Amino acid sequence: MSPLLLLILLPLVASLLITVGANPRRTALGAAFLNLVLSIVLFARYDLHQGGWQLVSEWHVLPQLGINLILGADGLTLTMLLLSTLVTFSALWVAPKIEKQEGLYYIALLFISAGVIGAFSSLDILFLYSFHELALIPTFLLIGIWGSGDRQAAAWKATIYLGAASFVLLIGLLALYISMPAEIRTFDLRTLNQLAASGAFTPAPWIYLILLVGFGTLVSIFPFHSWAPAAYASAPAPAAMLHAGVLKKFGLYGLIRIALPLFPGAMHDFNGLLILLLIGNIGYIGYVTVAQKRLDWTVGYSSVMHMGYIFLGLAAMNLISFNGAGMLMFAHGLSVAAAFALCGEIRQRTGTLDYAELGGLAKSLPVLGLLFGFVTMASVGLPGFANFAGEILVFFGATYSIAAYGNLMIIAIVIGVWGVVISAIYMLRAYRNIFWGPIAARWETLTDISLTARCSVILLLIPLIIAGFYPQFILNMVASALPR
Amino acid sequence: MNISIIAWIILAAPLLAAALIVLVTRTSKPLAAGLAILSSLIAFVGAWILFGSGVTGDYFGFNWIDLGKGFTIPIGLSIDSLSRTMLVIVCSIAPLVFIYSLGYMKEEEGYWRYFAGLALFLFSMLGIVMADNLVMMFIFWELVGVSSYILIGHYFRKDSAADAAKQAFLVNRIGDFGFMLGILLFWITTGTTTFAGINAAIGTLPPAILALAVVLIFCGTVGKSAQFPLHVWLPNSMEGPTPVSSLLHAATMVAAGVYLLARIFPLIAASPDAAEIIAWIGAITALGGGILAIGQDDIKGILAYSTISQLGYMVAGAGLAISAALPMFHLFTHAFFKCLLFLCAGSVILGMHHEQNIWKMGGLKNKMPLTFIAYMAGMLALSGCPGFSGAFSKDLIMASAWEHHQAIFWFLVIAAGLTPFYMTRQAAVVFFGAPRSDAARHAHESPMVMIAPLFLLAIPSIVAGYGFFQHHFFAGVGSLEEPEHLPHIVEFIFLGAFVVGLGLAFLLYRNRASDPLRIPLLSHRFYIDAIYDWAVANIQGGFARLCSFVDRWFINGVLVQGSATAVWFLGFCLRFLQVGNLQAYAFFFGAGVIGLIYVLLTVH
Repeated sequence: MSPLLLLILLPLVASLLITVGANPRRTALGAAFLNLVLSIVLFARYDLHQGGWQLVSEWHVLPQLGINLILGADGLTLTMLLLSTLVTFSALWVAPKIEKQEGLYYIALLFISAGVIGAFSSLDILFLYSFHELALIPTFLLIGIWGSGDRQAAAWKATIYLGAASFVLLIGLLALYISMPAEIRTFDLRTLNQLAASGAFTPAPWIYLILLVGFGTLVSIFPFHSWAPAAYASAPAPAAMLHAGVLKKFGLYGLIRIALPLFPGAMHDFNGLLILLLIGNIGYIGYVTVAQKRLDWTVGYSSVMHMGYIFLGLAAMNLISFNGAGMLMFAHGLSVAAAFALCGEIRQRTGTLDYAELGGLAKSLPVLGLLFGFVTMASVGLPGFANFAGEILVFFGATYSIAAYGNLMIIAIVIGVWGVVISAIYMLRAYRNIFWGPIAARWETLTDISLTARCSVILLLIPLIIAGFYPQFILNMVASALPR
Repeated sequence: MNISIIAWIILAAPLLAAALIVLVTRTSKPLAAGLAILSSLIAFVGAWILFGSGVTGDYFGFNWIDLGKGFTIPIGLSIDSLSRTMLVIVCSIAPLVFIYSLGYMKEEEGYWRYFAGLALFLFSMLGIVMADNLVMMFIFWELVGVSSYILIGHYFRKDSAADAAKQAFLVNRIGDFGFMLGILLFWITTGTTTFAGINAAIGTLPPAILALAVVLIFCGTVGKSAQFPLHVWLPNSMEGPTPVSSLLHAATMVAAGVYLLARIFPLIAASPDAAEIIAWIGAITALGGGILAIGQDDIKGILAYSTISQLGYMVAGAGLAISAALPMFHLFTHAFFKCLLFLCAGSVILGMHHEQNIWKMGGLKNKMPLTFIAYMAGMLALSGCPGFSGAFSKDLIMASAWEHHQAIFWFLVIAAGLTPFYMTRQAAVVFFGAPRSDAARHAHESPMVMIAPLFLLAIPSIVAGYGFFQHHFFAGVGSLEEPEHLPHIVEFIFLGAFVVGLGLAFLLYRNRASDPLRIPLLSHRFYIDAIYDWAVANIQGGFARLCSFVDRWFINGVLVQGSATAVWFLGFCLRFLQVGNLQAYAFFFGAGVIGLIYVLLTVH
């Protein structure tokens, strides 16, 4: 059996077991653990010398319609799968005791996991899209049922927003399909890439714009971002971890997989637009983040801001910047998941994430404070964490393409480098306001983070630090997906 | 043992110590301190072996990042006369501060955190010293920033310490913004980030580009070496434990900025425009720091502004574009006497039971005679007393300025008159006269573990300026020749500045109960801090709030809600689906799939 199919099926089988009465938490964790081990093995065993698509298998689902389930992986896929399984396991592990419908809670998380793994490993555009939908719907459920604050409104907004984005995306993908000459119509990414590379098929540029809006909204590109902070602030921690850490990267993954090979010309022509939008993500959203008064909103907006750097990596259109973008997808996924995990831990103890009410928590929560310190430093891009390696590659790549994109690119670089200062402003303020300063009497008696939660955050930090010291182990994999 | 291995051991030992302290020895005070001190001693021995060997070369480089197609980010250690001298300075001072900390931090909590921070600090600094390219230097530069953040924020439960640590990190990051852009500019114009490569490509760069790139890199120095206008973090960093201030002001952190200028010295020398800017920033900082030092009442605050002023000399010395040895020589002598002065201040503070206001002190020369003697050595060296180390290096910078840049010269000379003035003020108020508080009447001398480092530092503070040291430490770095036709009047000016400053302060502050010279402009630090606070709260904060407002009411409110209204039928349909209703979602998803298949069927 294809190991990739196994990765998709394990969470689904675990869900099935939960519905027939198995212990939800243990079953889910067991499946997630197996998935994690499996993805590490696949990651390690990928043949870099050979490169290209490996582990390919094909099932003809509806051959008369040209619908085939094709699974396969290259280095970028496996990097994303490693990210997915790491975050899934950590999210399930850190999940608190659930009082209401525990089974459904874990099933929803498992479905997200199965969905993203499917989306990342599908070589068929239709399945790529459908798997993403499979992952999206449980997110709304998790926010709506187990969320906090104004959860109904947040779930509602995310549903409309992401639903609309998916719809736009679907229109774009179908338009792509229909615009092909009838005799060569296919959803197979490999064939599409070959057709595009050989010049046999050049899709119309406007289709790229539809895809950019569709994929972009899923990644919270400016100005289609306002669903993200609200949803993350309301979502239960594991859902926020999975969505911000992994699911959100699907839009970027889609752009790299579909837009980059099929629309090189259109991407080049519309690059000015993309650069303007990403400047909005970094500069404008950066300052919106500075104005936030609560940790969950700060982290939520910061995850919108940091998408700007990955878009910058795409917009610079060269090997250095693509490597940086790939690295950042991995790094940001881990660091934002860790941040949301700790957000949840703090909220559980204090019931609030408001800076004005918190302070001095490092006294009663020293280990939580230490871990949050690590996460803070990762997200401000301190050397030693993978985030730095990604950011600096993006900057070098963007600088390299000044010759191609001129002054607008220079502005993007200057704002991008300034964004590193902005990140430090809001993250250090969060750390200082929550953990430093004098402690209020009512927080003196809080109990520190549990061993389980501690380990699940450390599980995210370890790869972040390894990739920070030795980025090559991710970069070699990412590079295998890029044109040689 | 070969040089490469020694160099890597020097670098690795403190990192290993920091990691072990955090991971293993958090519960054991002696082990935490022991590991840190051991690592600093290893670095000390290694540094002197390297120095003695006199070897020059690039060692054990590897590619941290290698994307193929010629793009690499290398990591490699560069050992040359400049880095050898700097290694000796850093590694000789660090162990003294580490050992002194044993006594100073004895009663404090967070012991492991403190020593882990010290070891990390040393590691980061050594990385800067040995870096053979700009990116590697930037990496360790950032690590110095975070180490200082940890150490300045050691007493994080105090609001003032928490704010000071945050400010230090952020202000440094603002400088690093320029530094990073400078690195990118050099890379895109020369195709390399190694110092050797960039130096080789100087001739090919247009003057405007070269000047811009050098000034951008210099922004890093402005932040890290606390030059105007980014100097504000340094006086506030006094919130950290005193040994940290000592290390920060002597051999690490602030010295890194000056060292960077020495590293890129060929570039400064090749760009007169950039050099002019650097010299002026240095001169303004030297004078401004000296003036503000007069208005401080905190024993460490005076020393902090004095550091800013002395760093101004070094930066101005680099900006004169004569020789890389000029700023490095002053960095060398300053490292010893400033470290000594801070450790003396620490001894006084401990003896005074954590009182830092000099106007609560007085007559301490009788209570703390050993501290007093050591302090006087440092004070005279800093003041530029002839025969003491500071006079040699400072006078050399001023003499060079006389020959090359008269305006800068006068800035520096006035600052040179201010130095003995504020130091004599401090000495007279702290050690002479009558005790002004109970704490001063009952002050006690510090333990030997703290006194011994003082005397070990007092010796170089006196002698480190003589020809022997100039020859052995700076022969390879650059020329330390006095200008040939220096008129005697100039030497008189130097001596006059010292005598006048010292004499005036002695007359003014001898046996005073309170400060006769109370100038609000000075005690409020020229209101620069207040202006910055206002700007951060109102300009930056206002801009952020405006963005947030736009986001909430325009982008979210009008655009999103508006378009939601435009597609009202979608919302109308969705109204039937209660959020949280699994069946409804399944139905929705199913309907989508059916629609999709329908479209595909019609297409086929």
